[in-house]
Amino acid sequence: MVFRDLSFAVEAGAVLSVEGPNGAGKTSLLRMLAGFLAPASGTVRLRIDGTALEDGEERGKQVGWLGHHDAVKPQMTVRETLAFFAMLHRGAGALEGAMEQVGLARLGDLPGQYLSAGQKKRVALARLWLCGRPLWLLDEPLAALDPAGKRVVADLIAAHCAAGGIAVAATHEPLGIEARRLVLA
Amino acid sequence: MLRYANPTKFLALSRALRPWLAGATVLLLGAGLALGLRVPPDYQQGETVKLMFLHVPAAWTAMMAYGLMAAASLVGLVWRHPLADQAAKAAAPLGALFTALGLLTGSLWGRPMWGAWWVWDGRLTSFLLLLFLYLGYIALWNAVEDETRAARAAAILALVGAVNLPVIEFSVQWWTTLHQGESIVRAGGPLIAGVYLWPLFLMALGYTLLFVSLWLMRIETAILERRARTVMLEGG
Amino acid sequence: MSALLLRDVRLAARAGGSAMLALAFFAGVATLVPLGVGAELPRLARIAGGVLWVAAVLAALLALDRLFQADFEDGSLDLLALSPLSLEAVAAIKASAHWLATGLPLTLLSPLLGVMFGLPPRALLALFVSLLLGTPAVSALGAVGAGLTLSVRRGGLILPLIVLPLLAPAVIFGAGAVLEVLDGIPNGALGLLGAFSFCACVLSPFATAAAVRLNLGS
Repeated sequence: MVFRDLSFAVEAGAVLSVEGPNGAGKTSLLRMLAGFLAPASGTVRLRIDGTALEDGEERGKQVGWLGHHDAVKPQMTVRETLAFFAMLHRGAGALEGAMEQVGLARLGDLPGQYLSAGQKKRVALARLWLCGRPLWLLDEPLAALDPAGKRVVADLIAAHCAAGGIAVAATHEPLGIEARRLVLA
Repeated sequence: MLRYANPTKFLALSRALRPWLAGATVLLLGAGLALGLRVPPDYQQGETVKLMFLHVPAAWTAMMAYGLMAAASLVGLVWRHPLADQAAKAAAPLGALFTALGLLTGSLWGRPMWGAWWVWDGRLTSFLLLLFLYLGYIALWNAVEDETRAARAAAILALVGAVNLPVIEFSVQWWTTLHQGESIVRAGGPLIAGVYLWPLFLMALGYTLLFVSLWLMRIETAILERRARTVMLEGG
Repeated sequence: MSALLLRDVRLAARAGGSAMLALAFFAGVATLVPLGVGAELPRLARIAGGVLWVAAVLAALLALDRLFQADFEDGSLDLLALSPLSLEAVAAIKASAHWLATGLPLTLLSPLLGVMFGLPPRALLALFVSLLLGTPAVSALGAVGAGLTLSVRRGGLILPLIVLPLLAPAVIFGAGAVLEVLDGIPNGALGLLGAFSFCACVLSPFATAAAVRLNLGS
């Protein structure tokens, strides 16, 4: 058991920054919110348009996920990677716009194997934006990014929340935008 | 029934039952062997017919063990009960053992009858496949590190195997008709005479109780092992 | 749905993918057999159905342990699980992609190898049809094994042990279909193979999805 007696609520448009030392259970908490893990006891509830989703898998269909791993295939170009996920989520429209937004506009035809860790993270951010999910769960979104990249993260989160979305981010450093803090011991 | 799903209650019940089961096992196997050794030689197979009393019940028990393992797996998967997981895990090596025993006695039986230690006869072949199903199940349990996850993965495999087992059985029977060179004398079936029936019945019951006794013992051990581990973890 | 199918087939076909490997393995095993048992064509024709079926099953299993593992390790599987597709659909699509990348090419190559084993034309057709009907079952049941061994570090080693006994009916009926032509005795092998394959393809995705689901909870 990593944590117990944890209770919190996040409203639409709010950012929650989950902090704590390594091993405090930040990633486990995010995986629990995403529905991958079931809590040993207690519930996770997501309220959308008046309906409450408690089932992990139903909740997962509302989640935009940015994990430790970037899910960038070495054999696929940036554009192929993003187009695949856009098709999967039935909305291929804003592909170029999303690439522009995260600073990848000129790298579209580069295969994943030539990207740096920071560039892969930007691909993951563009995908997060493209998928258009209301609940963002971000695991160390700032890792591997340069200052400009970190500003991109802050801007994306701000735009997402301004549109009524929720962002929960596990992080070691300040996100660069106003956020409520939840500290895991 | 569900009351005994509690490990402590199960331990108490199992400990109370086991001496009786063990006693009954010894009596049944003793009586079965005593009767079995005294049956008249078969007109076709001679004295070797007596191997049937060791072989056929082993094969039955091996099948039954797979059924029980799959049933326990289903309970473990649906109701998420650790005791059922342990029961399924404990049944597998025993099932494999009875399958191996069935193969061994079948091979010994086949030597005088067919003149070879191994014949690709339908029953032996399907038991060889059953042995591999058991071995795969055991290997999966050991390979997955996290115990709960290992239990669920193994349970899914046991159920897939249980669905597939009748198909495998059928396909192997079909296969023997396809390649039949010599017609094979099959044990069992309607031609079995009454003198053979009693020892066979006693031995089958004896094997079953032997399996159940060993099964209970293995589940008890698994429960105690878990407790010992918890104590050590907390004490250390 | 087609997006995932297309992506998986593309990945398998590109450099470092599994499609060519499986074909080369299939042909390699088929070449070793005459070297081992002798080159008399009548004898080779007799065993061709069985040998090629066994080789095809082994070739299809070759890359199977990576079916979910590659996506598991780089985080793609998390995203697929959260996508609008159900895990059952993901399992079915990935198994289909595996078939398109291995089972189908193996089937297309099989008549050539069958000729080299001295099979008459009608038996070649039976071999081709039996592989076409039966290899989807290999991919479907193999996917169950791939899902179950997803978190096992050396899953590729126990995967065959788990899957091979389950595939015995496919090999039996598949090789039986070739013997049916050679012996000229109708035995209904193709019908049985089709039924087995159909059931395997319909039921397996549920077991595969259950196996993948339990491995995501880590």
